[in-house]
Formats: sequence, C-alpha cells, structure tokens
Amino acid sequence: MPAGAGLARMLVERNITSFRHGWIALVTGFAEPVFYLFSLGIGIGALVKTVTTDSGAVVSYPQFVAPALLAASAMNGAVFDSTFNVFFKLKYAKLYDAVLATPMGPRDIAVGEISWSLIRGGLYSAAFLVVAVLAGAVGSWWALLALPAAVFIGFAFAALGMFATTFMKSWVHFDYITLAIQPMFLFSATFFPLSTYPEALQWLVRATPLYHGVALERALMLGDVGWGILAHVAYLIVLGGIGVVGTARRLEKLLLS
Amino acid sequence: MTDDSLPDNEILLSATGLTKTFGEFTAVDGIDFAVRKGECFGFLGPNGAGKSSTMRMVGCVSPVTSGELRLFGLDPAGNGPAIRARLGSCPQRDTLDEELTVEENLWIYGRYFGLSRKEVRSRAAELLDFAQLTDRAGDKVEPLSGGMKRRLTIARSLINSPEILLLDEPTTGLDPQARHVLWDRLFRLKRSGVTLVLTTHYMDEAEQLCDRLVVMDHGRIVAEGSPRSLIDEFSTREVLELRFDAEDHKDFAEQVTGIGERVEVLPDRLLVYADDGEQAAAVVHSRGIEPLSSLVRRATLEDVFLHLTGRTLVD
Repeated sequence: MPAGAGLARMLVERNITSFRHGWIALVTGFAEPVFYLFSLGIGIGALVKTVTTDSGAVVSYPQFVAPALLAASAMNGAVFDSTFNVFFKLKYAKLYDAVLATPMGPRDIAVGEISWSLIRGGLYSAAFLVVAVLAGAVGSWWALLALPAAVFIGFAFAALGMFATTFMKSWVHFDYITLAIQPMFLFSATFFPLSTYPEALQWLVRATPLYHGVALERALMLGDVGWGILAHVAYLIVLGGIGVVGTARRLEKLLLS
Repeated sequence: MTDDSLPDNEILLSATGLTKTFGEFTAVDGIDFAVRKGECFGFLGPNGAGKSSTMRMVGCVSPVTSGELRLFGLDPAGNGPAIRARLGSCPQRDTLDEELTVEENLWIYGRYFGLSRKEVRSRAAELLDFAQLTDRAGDKVEPLSGGMKRRLTIARSLINSPEILLLDEPTTGLDPQARHVLWDRLFRLKRSGVTLVLTTHYMDEAEQLCDRLVVMDHGRIVAEGSPRSLIDEFSTREVLELRFDAEDHKDFAEQVTGIGERVEVLPDRLLVYADDGEQAAAVVHSRGIEPLSSLVRRATLEDVFLHLTGRTLVD
C-alpha cells in the first residue's frame, strides 16, 4: 500500500469547499432516481400490480423497484464523482500534483476522493429514501439500515470507478464506463426479479456488483432480512478494498515517477 | 519548525552522485551539490538539462534512481512526508485550484499540511498581503493575470513557513514587469531567512537572484560558483558583438582572429571576448572590417554557458 500521512480528510474538506460554489451539480444527481421512481414505480406500477420477489414475497411494484433505484442512485452518485470529476482533477487541473507536494501521499488522495464520492452517493441515497417513504414505497423499519447499506454500495463503486479512471487516457474512454454502468442498471434484477432470467444468465447477473447492492437494499427495505445479506456486504467491501489499494498504487505510478 | 540545534551555514540539502533515469534515458547523470542555510542556490541550464528532474527529486515527489540525497539530514526514501512538511514547492506550471477562490487556495493548501483552520486563516492573510493580492482574496483564480497567479502560487508554497523554497522556472512566461515584481518578492523572502533553490534558463534571473549556482547541461553539472566568479573564470570582462550582412558569420571569423582572447561564432553574430571591448572594436575598425553593427557589453552567464557547452541557453 503506497504512503499516506493520514490527511485524507483534508481532500474531503477541499471538495466540500469547492461544492459550496457549485451546489447545483449536487441537486441534479438527486433528481434522476426520483424521476425514475415516479415514472417506473407509479407509471408502470399502474400496469403491473404485484411482483413476486426471488424470496417468494408478493409486493407492489413501487415497493419492488424503490430499493433497486436506491442502490442505483448510490452507484451513479459514486461513479460520476470518482470518474469524470477525478479525471478532470488528475489530467487537467493537476490537483493531485499540488497535493503530493505536501505531506499528503497517494493513499490520502485515494481514500479522500473515494470518501467524498461515497458521502455524495450517501446524500443522494438519503434524499431518495425520504421520497420513497413519502411515496409509500417502503414497508419495513429495516429500511433504516438502507442508508448505511447504500454507503457500502457507494464505496465499492467509487473505489472501482477511481481505479478505472487512473487507466484512462482521454474522455473517449468514458464510453467504457457507460458501457459497464448502463447494462448493470437495467439488468441487475433492478426492474424484474432474478428468476426471470435463464439459469446461465442468473449466474452472470449474480457476479455484478450492482446486483449485490440491489439484493441488499431490497432485503432491507422489504424487511426480508437473513444472514445472506452479510454476503452482499462482504462482496461490496472486498471490491471497494481492491479499488482503494489499486487506485493508490496507480496514482503513485502516474504522479510519483 | 526551525531546528535551533542547526548552526549557521548548516548544509540543508546535499546530493552525491545523484542520478535519475527513465528507462534508457538518463535525465540526471550523477550530480553533486550542497545548499547552505539562507542562501539562494540556482540550477542554470537550457530546457532538457535535467533541472526539473533534479527539482522533483529534491521535492520528494520523484524517487532517486541512485546516489545520495539528503534534506535536513533525512533521506527522502522513507521520510517523504516529514521532509515535504518543511519544504515549499512552486512548480513550473501553476497548479492552483481553479474551483476555489484566491484565499481558499491558501486555506485548503495549508490544511494539506495538517495546519489548523485558525492557523491557515491568519497565515493566509499575511501571505495575501505579501503577494499583493489582498483585494482579490474572494475572487476566483481563473481571471487573474499570469503574474498574479505566479505570486499566488508562491504565497501558497509559503503557507507552511517552509525552511527551503523550491522554485522551478519561477518567471517563465511572465512579462518583464511581472518578473521584476516577483524577483522583489523573492529578495524579501531571502532576507527573511528562507533558503531558496531555483531552476532557470534565464541568465539574468540567475545573476539577479543566486548567491551560488551550478550550470547544468545534458544531466551533468559543468561548472559551479557565484555568478561573478563564473564569469571571471570562464569569460573576459567584456564582449564585443559584431553583426555582418551575411548568411553565414563563419566567413568573418577569420578576419577578426587575434582580436581579444577568443572569438565565438553564432549564426547571427560574432562574439569577441576581450577585457576591453572598446579597444577591440577599435582594432576591428583599424583592420578595415565593416560590420553592420558593433556593440560592447559586459559578459554574462550566457557567455559562460556558451563557452562551456558551445550552445546558447535559450534557443
């Protein structure tokens, strides 16, 4: 693990200071999942009355889709920040070159930026959760844990996103991010249960990180809680850990040559 | 964070056989130098001489390939954060945070050093004053002029009250007036006891600022001394510059042979090195040679560099 000075929080402070000038960007990230909730949950919910989940429970469509949208919003918030914004800071603003001239090291940058991304993702998730409760799409007190769960999702995606960004050479490469995010958003048992897929495809879906996020949120928000959810948490933490270490190593290679 | 146990003239920075390679390419080829507390030390050389690679190693942001480097007696390998906490670094290209205001740039940069909010605020107020930017404190960075951005970069590099300030090409790209303002600020810093280490490819900058300097070429140090002593050692006191109406000035070199101590041929002029330039000009005239123009000037570090490497500093 590359060096750090335990000052990662200073980068978070920097990002908060910067966002005070551009808070509008924060608002747009929140709007998207809310629009989805109303368009899909309420709109399609009028056509599809109930859904049988993979654990056999029968729930309304808005109740089924809301946890998935929560997971997706945590993912989107984290990925957007850790890819586009980080790429700009890395290649154009040269922010990290300036940071590395101080006692801070590559580990501080990785931890600081990823923390900020998941704070941002967490804010989106919290706002979405409030809207989902008000819309009657939440049916269990376990949903209180949906927010900390969203932070694990944000962690995994922010860390992987930033790791991927350190390999990017130009904005064209961001098409690969879209290419990874879009199918995950659509097919990670987000809008229909896993059982809809043939057996072989089910295994593919199970391997994707968003599936674990969706399954975790759905279990909590529907109150369908078992020990199995710890496996989802573990999957997300391991992925995030790989992302943090990978990012710090790449930054060291790129900037401290 | 000054260490009172250090006596005056203590060596703060030293390198022995310092080398940096990138694959097959050797950027810095086994250089030795030492910088004493309170002096202004310069690396003079053309682009690509290895100055910036040296500065990055000194700034502890680039690992040493081989040789020994010590700052405050510490080895950068393993002591990077501790050393950087005592350094100020002003990079060649401004890396100001354009998403923040002028004063936020100072506050946040101070926070990267782990300083308290209270500390960075009072320090920032002093530094804005020093950089003559107090009335721009709340402005965004982007619309500032090149000279202002440079001054802000220097102010930012001073937020941690560094013992050594590293300046990589501090005035490159600035207009003459902005350069003089900047030099004045650097003089003040030096007077207040900050050790300055700078790179430049401007001989006038090196002469203005440096107590001592090394001349670098192709990753090696080719000469070392004060600006004055280098000129005394490697050049005559004065130089006679002769321009002719010719494609190639080589043809005229033979005509002036024997005048002064030696003659350098440049594409667009001849340089006659003589302790008395006017007298040399008189001899040229008496030989019936008629240049388009002739000019006598004092020798500079440019002449030292030309003599040592056969090339000019700024191409």
